[in-house]
Order: sequence, then C-alpha cells, then structure tokens
Amino acid sequence: MLKNYDDLSPVAIDCLREIGNIGSGSAASSLSEMLGKPIEMKVPAVCVLEYQQIIDTMGGPEKIITGILVRLQGDIKGMMMFLLEDSFAQVVLSTFMNVENVQVTSLGEMELSVITEMGNIMAGSYLRALSTLTGLTIDMDIPSMTVDMLGAIMSVPIIEFSQVGDKVLFIDDGFAIDGVDIKSNIILIPEMDSLETLMKKLGVL
Amino acid sequence: MMANLTIGISDLKVCRPPDVLVTYALGSCVGICLLDSVTEVGGLSHIMLPDSTQATNGAATPMRFADTAIPMLVNEMVKLGASRSRLKAKIAGGAVMFATTSDRFNIGERNVAAVKAALRKEGIPIIAEDTGLNYGRTVFFYPQTGIMEIKAAAKGNKQL
Repeated sequence: MLKNYDDLSPVAIDCLREIGNIGSGSAASSLSEMLGKPIEMKVPAVCVLEYQQIIDTMGGPEKIITGILVRLQGDIKGMMMFLLEDSFAQVVLSTFMNVENVQVTSLGEMELSVITEMGNIMAGSYLRALSTLTGLTIDMDIPSMTVDMLGAIMSVPIIEFSQVGDKVLFIDDGFAIDGVDIKSNIILIPEMDSLETLMKKLGVL
Repeated sequence: MMANLTIGISDLKVCRPPDVLVTYALGSCVGICLLDSVTEVGGLSHIMLPDSTQATNGAATPMRFADTAIPMLVNEMVKLGASRSRLKAKIAGGAVMFATTSDRFNIGERNVAAVKAALRKEGIPIIAEDTGLNYGRTVFFYPQTGIMEIKAAAKGNKQL
C-alpha cells in the first residue's frame, strides 16, 4: 500500500509526469480561448519535490504569489493549487479589464473574481483531461484565491497533508502570451488512497 | 556580531542579544516568541499543528505541535539561563489563507487556541498578539528590546 510519495516507483512518477503534461496543455488551451490570444506552451517540467524545494525554486518564502486553491472530490480526493506569478494577473487583467500595471497585493473584488474565474476554468480543464485519461470521476469545489507570501500560501497544503509526507507533485508550467513569459506552477496533492486508485487505474501499481 | 537566526516550519530556536530570531511567511502556522527580559534570553517556535496526541506519530516531531513545542522551547530557554517564572509571550499567525466555504479545518484558529492553552499550562502570560485574519506574516523577534516585528505583504510593518 502507498504510504507517501517516497513509495512511488520511477514508472509511477513518469506516469504522473505525463498526466501533468496533458493537464497543463489542456489548461493552457482553455486560457488561450478565454483570452482570445495564442499561447505558446513550453514543455512543462514535472517532478516530485519537497515543499521546501518548491519554495526555494520559486523565489523564497516571502515572494508574492497569486495562489488559487481547488479542492478535489469524487474518485480523486485532495487538493490542487495554482501558483501564479505577477505576469499572469497582469495579462488577465489587461485583457479583460483594460488595466495595466496592477498592484497585485491590493486588488479589488472585481479583479479578484476575474482571476479566480481564470483559475476555475484552468483547473476544470486540467481535471477534465485527467478524468478523460483515467476514466475516474473528479469533481472540484469552487476555487478560492489569495495574493500573499509564497510560504504562507504553501502552509495550507503542508499542514493539511502533513500526515502524508513532505513531498508533492510539482508542475513547472511556463507559457508565453503576446511575447510575455508567464510562469505558472501547479501542485497536485491527491490523498494517498486516491493516488493509489489513480496508479491502479493507470496500471502502474 | 549580530546574527539573524531563521526558524523554519516545525522548528524552534533560542538566543541572547544581539542575535535576532526570524520566521518567514507564517500562514496558518503560529509563531510563539518568549522572553525573559532580565537575562534577555529569547526563543521562537514555529508550530504548524495544534495537538500531537491527534497525530499518528506525534512524538517523533515534537516541534511541529503546539502542545509539545512550547514546553520544549521553555526548556531550551531555561538551559540558556532564562527563568521560567519571568517568561512572557507574544504570538503571531494563525491566519485563514483561503476563504472557502468548505474550510472544514480552520486550522489557523485551532492552532491559536492550542498555543494559548499550552502557554496557560506553562503559566506564561501573553502580552501581545497579532493572530487570525487572512494574510501571511513574517516575524522578527528582538530579545534585546522584546519587540516582535510583523511584516505582511499588503499591510506593511508593525511592532508589538
């Protein structure tokens, strides 16, 4: 039985990596449709990392990040979180609301809900891809977002999944819109029995 | 030479001036600053969960939980020369980072409650706190002055 992410075989990790690729591609194309702009996808890097490594990779605990939290229900229970750098909010808000150079730490209700809705659409499309691939039912709660220090945002999954271990699936997912590089990272944390269900379904356990 | 001692998640440290204790980006976690103002021995603990007895292997990671980290912090400070009876506390953190209707956990609030209970058990009064709400906090604690400085992304700095 799987106890934590350290128990995953290299084949299983490859498999998660592929899921990450497909999901990211799908999320990026829905974003492209919504924005009405072509998106240039980079090949996502998918790896199993410790939380601390994620925080270090992304610029340290005090870096300001837009975090969108999505809770998963159904056959796969757990949490998915989008960690988006400034550039994401800027592109979305300039496209939909015609505002430039926004101060992301002091967004109004309207701005917040536009960005949350983007996250909602991307998460939905990511999960549909995963669901189609596996035949599993995955439902999601309404996402919620915040703009704050990376360390504080990451404390949410760290605490909730502290029994599972200190590693998670991390998808480093760059793309470019209008020549602007957008860094987006996704962390995916299925509960352990859901991860087992997923691995069995994919035939790698 | 002054050193900034950084306390990670589920960690604690003690020091004397001129050293400064720092913990970055507390979300739902709670930072507990203790000081004996006579000997100027200070300590900071960064806990992430309320109760070690609810965890499957709580004893293995005592610095993770409010109920076990606080007695441990007190002992470390006593070893460095602090008097148990003079200790006073300032606490920060315990935010709800994401306002979801389905937040079954509300771990921030539970962490703060557990920290207060553990301090009460040790007989340590809380003389300042900046807890709850919905934003992250970085804490600097200066044992020389007893000041706890809070930095938050959108709220600026404040000293308690």
